[in-house]
Amino acid sequence: MSASPLALVGSAPVLAGLDPPYWAATLIKVGVVALLVPTTALILGIVFLFKVMSWMQSRLGPQEAGPRGLLQLLADGAKFIQKQDIIPDAADRFVFKVAPMVVLISTFLLYVIIPAGPSVVVESLDTGVFFALAMSSISVIGILMAGWGSANKFALMSGIRAAGQLIAYELPMVLAVVGVVIQAGTMNLNGIIAAQADFKLFGVVPFPLFLLTQLPMFLVFLAAAQAELTQPPFDMPVAESELVGGYQVEYSGFRFLFFFMGEFATAFAFAALASVLFLGGWSLPFVASDSDFYTSTAFWLIGPVVLFTKIMLVSFLIFWFRFTYPRFREDQLQKVCWKYLIPICLVWVSFTAIAKVVW
Amino acid sequence: MAAPVSERDQLAYIANQAADARVNLEFESEGMTLNMGPQHPATHGTLRILAKLDGEQVISCEPMPGYMHRGYEKLCEVRTYPQVTTLVNRIDWLGSFANEVPWILAAEKLMGIEAPPRAQHIRTILFELSRIGNIALFLGDLGIQLGGITVGFYAFRDREHVLNQVEAVTGGRFHPNFDRIGGLKDDLPKGWIAETKAAMVKVQKFCDQVEDLLIGNEIFQSRTRGIGVIPQHVAQSYGLSGANARGSGIDWDLRRDSCPPGLVYDKCDWTVWTHPDGDSFSRSWIRLQETREAAKIVDQLLDTIPSGPIMAKVPRIIKVPEGEAYVATENPLGEMGYYLVSKGDLYPFRVKIRSASFNNISIVPWLCKGVYVPDVISILASLYFILGDIDR
Repeated sequence: MSASPLALVGSAPVLAGLDPPYWAATLIKVGVVALLVPTTALILGIVFLFKVMSWMQSRLGPQEAGPRGLLQLLADGAKFIQKQDIIPDAADRFVFKVAPMVVLISTFLLYVIIPAGPSVVVESLDTGVFFALAMSSISVIGILMAGWGSANKFALMSGIRAAGQLIAYELPMVLAVVGVVIQAGTMNLNGIIAAQADFKLFGVVPFPLFLLTQLPMFLVFLAAAQAELTQPPFDMPVAESELVGGYQVEYSGFRFLFFFMGEFATAFAFAALASVLFLGGWSLPFVASDSDFYTSTAFWLIGPVVLFTKIMLVSFLIFWFRFTYPRFREDQLQKVCWKYLIPICLVWVSFTAIAKVVW
Repeated sequence: MAAPVSERDQLAYIANQAADARVNLEFESEGMTLNMGPQHPATHGTLRILAKLDGEQVISCEPMPGYMHRGYEKLCEVRTYPQVTTLVNRIDWLGSFANEVPWILAAEKLMGIEAPPRAQHIRTILFELSRIGNIALFLGDLGIQLGGITVGFYAFRDREHVLNQVEAVTGGRFHPNFDRIGGLKDDLPKGWIAETKAAMVKVQKFCDQVEDLLIGNEIFQSRTRGIGVIPQHVAQSYGLSGANARGSGIDWDLRRDSCPPGLVYDKCDWTVWTHPDGDSFSRSWIRLQETREAAKIVDQLLDTIPSGPIMAKVPRIIKVPEGEAYVATENPLGEMGYYLVSKGDLYPFRVKIRSASFNNISIVPWLCKGVYVPDVISILASLYFILGDIDR
């Protein structure tokens, strides 16, 4: 590997004259993430849930609020905030109230490590991938809390289903990432992007993405992400036709909005992870990582745009599956995980490891 | 035809229940009672299902109908014969016209009237159109119940073509109230035949889409194949009819086997599909094929509508002579029949409505034993009931 990932990060320009003290930098970072989470949830919600979904299902979708109905979700959000915050009498009040925050916190923490440019990142951790996978599993606790705290049988079943499902699908997700980590030789997300920009197949052919060498892993990652998001075909915890919304059934008003926001912002974060790990993140194909272009000031804008394009492509895949497939049964879901996804991952991880040593 | 469930089956059933009770005693767990409904999306209406669960497994499951009972059999007794059609429209509200036909045929049978050939043709066409409208929604609903909502929207979209045609003739999309003793209320509007032919092409296309998206989908098949298996003799002993019986391999269709006079199914060429498996998949598949066959029937009948009057000579005030009659037709949900007793009055003396869904869901406690909760949903969806048809 020619460019060390840390060298790359170090060479990025600090915005001219701006080197704020630690507390100010932290405040800015928190503010940016706090803005990003609802914004991205809004974007995915409008583009995919409202527009793409209605086109796929040959219906109109929202038309009235704003130009072409684009402000519908804002109107919905305003409606949710106005609604009464109902807490069932039998509910475990503290657990019930905290659960949506826990789910949202896991999403917040995911945004911390996603790089949108060589230095456009909140925290460039050396264990970035590890951190992302660890933080994404916090949401299980939130969902289990919601399921238990609601004092509702449907919610309880849903919470237990969710726990079984999310924990099972952590494993293929981790294994899918392992292949990338082996190939890149680092867990730092910027390092992985740099390794992709410089990667040469068999040491000679320039091969800008890990997508092609890690295609099975990419598909497994998408399936696991789908399951982590509890979207069809893996939406048994929500399953509106059998568990009537599952763990969300007793929630109303802004707490429900939190779950909604959490789901879509996490979808965005997973799509971002997938594009960083497999599609080269903010890097452009056939531009080596030590190119001056990446360190130029213009790339502060271009990087996020490139990443956003890739994220939208991956999100389209995620939502396309969501609108197409019927739902698995709980035991079939576990079967898919343990019998197919994990063996595929294990085979490909060994293959990657051997290939890494040989070339 | 009714073969009782063998003694061996009954003993095995009792033994199973006892075994479950023992397991619960040993683990000191009482299981969980889950109340699905009366407000639950899987019951599409107000059916209440009381399920006793052990984990996700259903130990016993009991449907409790009656939340929508409207007392139609009694109401029929205080209405004149033509007024009753308005009422029975609301039994199976998705295929309303099909509810009117057996009632009219029963009255015609007692009065000894037969509708003119043109009316019979149009009656059959409308009957099949309401079948398509009904089963198209079943296919969509099946998708919704199993999590594939897109099929549901396609169903609503393409059902509109059929409803528009029904509306063009009858003026009502849902409740036509169009069938009359001795014929039909009106003749066809101009250009209707060509439009309906175009609509049938769209229905066939819709069926292909459903087959691609849902019935042929591997996830759907893994959810429905081998789930909710009804053996042939059990289906017979519970009195299942329609696609549920044919899905268990019973080759029985009232349209072909005992078509009452007044409908012209013998004039067209179509197939009665059966499936040997008896599981949820076979029931869904049969209904898909039935939609295709219904579109075929309509297509053929549209070419051969004879000219002539639309009404037979019927007295201005209808009094049905004394007697009893039972007329059943193959409705979208299964066998639907009216047992009509007349004392020669303006009003029927007694009416018994035999609706398909009531018998079809009576098998639920037998069927949903030992299955998982998600399978209850797929089984209920594949049995296909309409609440109005259960509760009347």
